[in-house]
Amino acid sequence: MTMTRRQALGFGAAAAAFAVTGFRALPAMASAEDADKMVMDFTGGKAPESGKIMLNTPEIAENGNTVPVSVEVESAMEGDDLVDSVLILADGNPNPAVATFHFTAMSGSAAATTRIRLAKTQNVIAVAKMKDGSVYMDKKQVKVTIGGCGG
Amino acid sequence: MAKSKPRVKVPKSASAGEVITIKTLISHEMESGQRKDKEGKPIPRQIINKFTCEFNGQPVFSCDLDPAVSANPYFEFNAKVNESGTFKFTWVDDDGSVYETENEITVK
Repeated sequence: MTMTRRQALGFGAAAAAFAVTGFRALPAMASAEDADKMVMDFTGGKAPESGKIMLNTPEIAENGNTVPVSVEVESAMEGDDLVDSVLILADGNPNPAVATFHFTAMSGSAAATTRIRLAKTQNVIAVAKMKDGSVYMDKKQVKVTIGGCGG
Repeated sequence: MAKSKPRVKVPKSASAGEVITIKTLISHEMESGQRKDKEGKPIPRQIINKFTCEFNGQPVFSCDLDPAVSANPYFEFNAKVNESGTFKFTWVDDDGSVYETENEITVK
């Protein structure tokens, strides 16, 4: 079989794409473990429960450079029923840490929105630490069309 | 780098005990430290690493930022206001510079 110029180019592009994704897969694996470790560091070794915390992300993010993320925790934000802080992680980024929100009784409600960078399709994790020490977690997968790490 | 300019949206007035929504935006590159320049050298990280909001000197909301926060960091959060006063917003850059802005609110 003789290869036309078009086929040759297509083949080269596919090989290049494979090389890039193959290369990126390695650090990403380490990152998911890092994310678990950071959750444990944040909770002080406690396994987080589900519920109470709501993480809102788009299902598909066309541009990984600005992905809107909002988080809300059910709490009266008075007396002992207070949310202390919320940790946001992205387990497929080169560095899973994204942001940590700190709330006070003056916040009125434990809700915040920001915009984050996602390198590729991955899980976004939110962990809430309450003042009484209990921890809650929510996780959402976001499909990313164009990654946000400048590569 | 262009000078970082904060923009903040706070309602001008509220009723006592109302929970208001505050929106903040600051222009900043948020250089992640992951990118490389034309010669292949990594561009050093320079981000805003801390944002705080205070009302009459008391903390309301704060955030620790990592390089995964988008350029021109945007925050939307709530605050409970019981009295008239001033919101003070502070952003801290990796290079040590501090950007500040203040907004007043009247409680009827």
